[in-house]
Amino acid sequence: MIEVVGLNKSFGENHVLKDISAVFETGKTSLIIGASGSGKSTLARCLVGLIAPETGKMLYDGRDFLELNNKEKKALRKEIGFLFQGSALFDFMTVEENVRFPLDILTDLSKKEKQIRVDEVLERVELPTAHKLFPSELSGGMKKRVGIARAISPHPKYLFCDEPNSGLDPQTSIVIDNLIHDITIEYNITTLVISHDMNSVMEIGEYILFIHKGEKWWEGDNKKILQTDNEELLSFVNASGFLSNKKAGS
Amino acid sequence: MASFLFHLGQYIMLMWRVFSKPEKMSIYRKRLFDEMVSLGLASLGIIMVISLFMGAVITIQTAANIDSAFIPSYTIGFTTRQSTILEFSPTIMALILAGKVGSNIASEIGLMRVTEQIDALEIMGVNSSAFLILPKIIASVIINPFLVIISMFVSIGGGYLIAMFTDIVSVADYVYGIQLDFRPYHVVYALSKAAVFAFIFTSVPAYQGYFAAGGALEVGKASTRGVVQSSIIILIANYFITQLFLI
Repeated sequence: MIEVVGLNKSFGENHVLKDISAVFETGKTSLIIGASGSGKSTLARCLVGLIAPETGKMLYDGRDFLELNNKEKKALRKEIGFLFQGSALFDFMTVEENVRFPLDILTDLSKKEKQIRVDEVLERVELPTAHKLFPSELSGGMKKRVGIARAISPHPKYLFCDEPNSGLDPQTSIVIDNLIHDITIEYNITTLVISHDMNSVMEIGEYILFIHKGEKWWEGDNKKILQTDNEELLSFVNASGFLSNKKAGS
Repeated sequence: MASFLFHLGQYIMLMWRVFSKPEKMSIYRKRLFDEMVSLGLASLGIIMVISLFMGAVITIQTAANIDSAFIPSYTIGFTTRQSTILEFSPTIMALILAGKVGSNIASEIGLMRVTEQIDALEIMGVNSSAFLILPKIIASVIINPFLVIISMFVSIGGGYLIAMFTDIVSVADYVYGIQLDFRPYHVVYALSKAAVFAFIFTSVPAYQGYFAAGGALEVGKASTRGVVQSSIIILIANYFITQLFLI
């Protein structure tokens, strides 16, 4: 479980995160949604320690990330998997080497155990024969799958996915969403997805945190979101075109 | 001035992180060998071509500028050797590698920065600066003196070909000249320069790439800055090392 309490972050005069508090439960897929520039990616970057917030608490199963010393932070980082918007696969490594890399760095597994783990996660993301390919030889959807495989290969407790559907067609987006959701349940991890895709929200959003102009504006689940009377959230949902697409489809 | 001090401080802090204790030596060892191949062996062709013509041109130009009958023709061989060992092989090769290797390093690391690959390393708890930059610096510092030695032989060989195929100097005089008053200390001086220059043309572009921000345009600018700055620093370092070692 990840608990955020009163998180604040500014870049100069720009107050990007204003007193954000939320609880992301284990075994559930939580979504942080909001318009571009609302602060959702900054929140994720604060949570994984890429950016330091000014005030607040970030509790990973009770451990406050900001209170930990460097050694403890390093140990906690080993429990975090991160899927980047552009996948961030290492260009100079093959798929197999990319997926094995966190195991080489973070674990003391033997060569054989690492290979079993690599095969297992590549099988899980449905890329059982992509071992020797380089990232430049992969499609956008395949890159995301490899990114997920790399993130889950060390069996993390916490998984962060930054805009996992960006640049993907709607069909592939659904596949990736379901993959993230299924992995969350299978591995019993705390998953946070940063998104502005309403299809993802409705598909996998077990807990949804809506951020507007750096503030927590609404929280709930995918069943409640369409019943909301929150104006900003309704405006976000309408702007996504989700409701009009739904009407056209039905 | 403030900007210069800011970048100098940031560069020193980066180098401090680069030379901090690595997470796992086995990972670094593999990367070190990869870098030796990509930074060293991949440059061998261009080094040999340039050195060959450089030696040939030094020989012709020296011969063309010796008018006096009182200057013996073996001076041509002597001058070719001295120019090659003292200056052309270590310094000119470093400037060429600053262009070739330096732009490659700055753009590679810069691209990793803008595509969040460096962030991915940091999240995994990897010291990204050490992981990416340290193997490049060590590989270059080890391999560049060998490239310079090869350059010296090929350059003097270029002069030898001129002696063989033209009549501006006899082969016997040229060979006598390149052996005359040989001081091994000059080779030590040249190889020391090669190691220092290798550190400069890897670390400066790596610094520029590591702190690149934005997109492809910024990576291109970082690459250009890396090459220009490392070339200037090499020339300044060349002056101080020469003053220190030879005077």
